[in-house]
Amino acid sequence: MSRRRSEQITYFLIRGVMYSIVLVIGYILFDIVRHGLPALNWAFISEYPRKSGSEGGILPAIVGTLSLLAGTIVVALPLGICSAIYLSEYAEQNRFTAMIRLAIITLAGVPSIVYGLFGLGLFVLFLNFGTSILSGSLTLACMVLPTIIVSSEEALRAVPRGYRDASLALGATKWETIRTNVLPYSLSGIITGSILGIGRAAGETAPILLTVAAFYLPRLPKSIFDQVMALPYHLYILATQHPEADKVLPLQYATALVLLLLVLGLSLGAIIIRIHFRKKYRW
Amino acid sequence: MVETSPFPADTEHVITTSKVNFFYGATQALFDITMDIPGRRVTAFIGPSGCGKSTFLRIFNRMNDTIAGTRLEGDVRINGEDIYRNGSNVVRLRRKVGMVFQKSNPFPKSIFDNVAYGPRIHGTHDKQQLAEIVEKSLIRSALWDEVKDRLESNALGLSGGQQQRLCIARALAVGPEILLMDEPASALDPKSTIRIEDLIGELRNEYTIVIVTHNMQQAARISDYTAFFYEGHLVEFNATKKIFTKPREKQTEDYITGRFG
Ligand SMILES: Nc1ncnc2c1ncn2[C@@H]1O[C@H](COP(=O)(O)OP(=O)(O)O)[C@@H](O)[C@H]1O
Ligand SMILES: [Mg+2]
Repeated sequence: MSRRRSEQITYFLIRGVMYSIVLVIGYILFDIVRHGLPALNWAFISEYPRKSGSEGGILPAIVGTLSLLAGTIVVALPLGICSAIYLSEYAEQNRFTAMIRLAIITLAGVPSIVYGLFGLGLFVLFLNFGTSILSGSLTLACMVLPTIIVSSEEALRAVPRGYRDASLALGATKWETIRTNVLPYSLSGIITGSILGIGRAAGETAPILLTVAAFYLPRLPKSIFDQVMALPYHLYILATQHPEADKVLPLQYATALVLLLLVLGLSLGAIIIRIHFRKKYRW
Repeated sequence: MVETSPFPADTEHVITTSKVNFFYGATQALFDITMDIPGRRVTAFIGPSGCGKSTFLRIFNRMNDTIAGTRLEGDVRINGEDIYRNGSNVVRLRRKVGMVFQKSNPFPKSIFDNVAYGPRIHGTHDKQQLAEIVEKSLIRSALWDEVKDRLESNALGLSGGQQQRLCIARALAVGPEILLMDEPASALDPKSTIRIEDLIGELRNEYTIVIVTHNMQQAARISDYTAFFYEGHLVEFNATKKIFTKPREKQTEDYITGRFG
């Protein structure tokens, strides 16, 4: 077989794999939109559920998921970015920090139910936060921290050493240098990586199952110590625990669609932030 | 051998080093370097690649401190002050000792913000004052006429030679007394190189300039004094004219006549 021929075959194979993946994802999306869209209307988004979710809307679940996301971002983003700054800019690069890095990467691969149990033990029971938005957010934050740290550190390291040197040589302190000539240039990368991680957390059921999620709670939370409904858990219940699972099928699809749109909105936000910082600091 | 000082009697030595040894981890890069660098003159460091020129240069503004595992022995003084003593103020030192790097490294910000960066971190925030400093520094670095109409555009849009002159302006803006230049023209085309050399000529009477170059013609053209380094040792330091016409050491002669390096 000529080299040209094998080159062509490889090309078609790779192309084929790529297209089939796009096809599968496209079909899933199409299926959700096709079944979900008819049931999706303003009332579905803005009303409380009735009859254990067989009728009415999913407002509490949307609010619940949004507040969990907000809590996760507020806790995980600063912690993650600070850890990444420490690891990439301050920590000595030795065996100890290499071990810490390995541990962080390992944590990123731990099954989410383990985080759920950890959150139950630490936040719900030991710290006595109860099943609450606080416990749920902290648990989700623990789960996404590794992703945030790894992607932030990568973004920080991508900033050329020359900028740091130039800034230090002008008499800037290390922190001034990081603040003015490292962080701004890496922010687009940090935000993108972090939001993608947090977006994944939005769809997780296991960590919130044990720490915050309510089976059926047709009202809005008043404080961070309240339980809430959440979209992924609600979906899980409609699909598997509901006495009339077949009848609520359109509602399942609509709930999935809302969750999808929410994550999409999050990614869109990340893209906008990215474009903004790219334009401001082109390098 | 009786050595006659290459310096005129009234020479003021701004940088003095005594028995400097420098280590990257366990590897020694500089050996016992004792050298007095005169003020308001241009001193060139020449020598084959890897002989320690950059390492020695970065000692004067303590940039080697930013590399983990490095160690310095010996005495380094600037204007008589031991810059490595405990509690020595590195920020103040670096205001006094500016640096231009081999690879030009303007920040990915506007031309104005690049030059204003130093003054801003040192506490100047008055708009009028900053504008004056920026203009003065850009005039000094012979860049003003080319960029005065686009101070707000991104510095990375400038040509390589312009970027390097911008870096010089940025260094001048904090008002240093000493300017360290590490092969500032090595990545530039001949025309831009000449502009940088002309610029050094214009700055020579106001600043103490120490320049590393691997280009011997350049050292001969722009410097008053030349130091030849070889494998971490200072082999010879003398008036540039002497070094290039009547070197004392055989190694120096071999190097400048192109027999090695
Ligand atoms: N960051 C570093 N880590 C370890 N060794 C280094 C480092 N920088 C330079 N060296 C070593 O120190 C010696 C002198 O290097 P350098 O000062 O850059 O030489 P020159 O500027 O004359 O080419 C070389 O042997 C080089 O390999
Ligand atoms: Mg060098």
